Amino acid sequence: MDLTTITYIIVGITFALYIGIAIAARAGSTSEFYVAGKGVNPVLNGMATAADWMSAASFISMAGLIAFKGYDASVYLMGWTGGYVLLALLLAPYLRKFGKFTVPEFIGDRFYSKTARIIAVICLIVASITYVIGQMKGVGVAFSRFLDVSYDTGLIVGMLIVFFYAVLGGMKGITYTQIAQYCVLIFAYTVPAVFISLQITGNPLPQLGLGGSVADGTSLLGKLDSVLVDLGFAEYTVQKGTSLNMVALTLSLMIGTAGLPHVIVRFFTVPKVKDARSSAGWALVFIAILYTTAPAVGAMSFFNLINTIQPGEIGKPDTNLVYEERPECFKKWETTGLLQFEDKNGDGRIQYYNDKNESFATKAEEYGWKGNEMTKIDRDIMVLANPEIAQLPNWVVALVVAGGLAAALSTAAGLLMAISSAVSHDLMKGVFTPNISEKKELLAARVSMAVAIGVAGYLGMNPPGFAAQVVALAFGLAASSIFPALMMGIFNKRMNSQGAIVGMVVGLMSTVVYIFVFKGWFFIPGTNNLPNTPDNWLAGIQPEAFGAVGALLNFAAAWLVSNVTAPPPQHIQSLVENIRVPR
Amino acid sequence: MSSSQNYWKANVSILIKCLIVWFVCSYLFGIILVDQLNQVTIGGYKLGFWFAQQGSIYVFLALIFYYVKRMNRLDREFDVDEQ
Repeated sequence: MDLTTITYIIVGITFALYIGIAIAARAGSTSEFYVAGKGVNPVLNGMATAADWMSAASFISMAGLIAFKGYDASVYLMGWTGGYVLLALLLAPYLRKFGKFTVPEFIGDRFYSKTARIIAVICLIVASITYVIGQMKGVGVAFSRFLDVSYDTGLIVGMLIVFFYAVLGGMKGITYTQIAQYCVLIFAYTVPAVFISLQITGNPLPQLGLGGSVADGTSLLGKLDSVLVDLGFAEYTVQKGTSLNMVALTLSLMIGTAGLPHVIVRFFTVPKVKDARSSAGWALVFIAILYTTAPAVGAMSFFNLINTIQPGEIGKPDTNLVYEERPECFKKWETTGLLQFEDKNGDGRIQYYNDKNESFATKAEEYGWKGNEMTKIDRDIMVLANPEIAQLPNWVVALVVAGGLAAALSTAAGLLMAISSAVSHDLMKGVFTPNISEKKELLAARVSMAVAIGVAGYLGMNPPGFAAQVVALAFGLAASSIFPALMMGIFNKRMNSQGAIVGMVVGLMSTVVYIFVFKGWFFIPGTNNLPNTPDNWLAGIQPEAFGAVGALLNFAAAWLVSNVTAPPPQHIQSLVENIRVPR
Repeated sequence: MSSSQNYWKANVSILIKCLIVWFVCSYLFGIILVDQLNQVTIGGYKLGFWFAQQGSIYVFLALIFYYVKRMNRLDREFDVDEQ
């Protein structure tokens, strides 16, 4: 059977599974629709959270990012896992005790203010919409690349599947499909990783293989370091950026993770406070399986790639890969445009090296090299081509496609859930039509879910040019506005509505302005006030890392304002005391 | 001082200890002291690099489950655990 047929079969089976779950897990009440009736087992909720959290980017792009950035990509590994410590310790148990349906609802009730609730809704919707565009694109790309259908058709199929289980089942349907999607994606990620680790290091566990040694007895990481230096790059395992910027970026990603509403709301679905604590731990177990494998996949596939292009000693005329003899999978990826070569020195061979390193230029000239000849390589290849490079059977390749789709669909559904409940529960029930009946609210929730899917699909088909940059915005918003507001709401009994509102606005504006100054106002190219280079950044902190600074400004402003205004009313102080104890 | 205030104080002090470990294993070992720790090699890994790409995640996991266990005990001690 050819690859496309097998891919159709495997993807078809997974989709049938998701639809079957949707039919079995229909939602009958608003509680089931918003928080799955608060009856989800903490371990299963951990699994659903892991699928919810790990997006198309985690599944497809992260290993490639690590491969090309080496040590410096550690910020993503630590940043996107360390946030769960903050969730388990600082937010999840208390928000579960609060016991309602949405994140803006907590902010509105705790700060006894509709304004605060609306600010939280705006942050939630901007952060979630920007995030969901990327997932929709992931679905379209997976279909168009592997199933021979157009990008738009693939996207519509993906939308229909999500529509089916999200509109019908709400959080309940989404939870149980996410559990299935987690199983699909983690299997699809680890199987090729185990094989490639066995091939390169002889160790079946990628986490140990990364520290293992390659065929000639030298350590994999040591070998990568020395080969990269010989090709004019920096060492793989050594820090290239500044410590301050890395700390700020890691902190922004951590508190951004802890502040993303679609993640937080998953902890509303467990039965008890102590389940919310342990469920965050289980979520991290399931996430860590992928996140500790990814650095191994990155390093090993990168090692494979360099070895393929540069099989012999560096600098000899006949030790590079002959272009005409390149492996089949190179040819395949060249036709997709994700991989490009250009024989600049006309020797019929491919050279990959750092032609931007001036101190390496004389050596390159000595070797007769006229520039880096791997002119384009899309990072996503590192995961997508892994099974082919490791010469695994076709069903493994098909599995990777199904895994990528599972990662994208599960995250999209979680985000759409957060958006639709913010519209139907926070805006309609909470602010504009408070007297709406439960039945009508459930209908409104379903309609807003359908509309959200439509908007996400439209944006996926016509992605705004800035789509790639806005993920920084999503984390910046969550880190600088939502996380501090939630934390102060729990840990500072004296915090009042004035303080919280000023804090959120200060955190939000400072972060957004800092991002716009370097990336262009509303991401319109050419409208940036300063070039986006390290010497212009404030204390060398890149725009993506400014969420941590915004959060600090939020805390400071809120503390100042709350101390010069009246304390919150007695019933609010009792509310805080109440959420602090489990019973 | 009431028992619920004592409970909260005990919780915050456990929290702070956990967050110190959280900071040390990631920011301190993984970023700030990475060059110094990289002088040591364990199991084929430079130690600083290992903390940044593997070790910190394992410590995060241990931390959350330690906190869960410790808090379940604290809840029982103060008789505030859920029935």
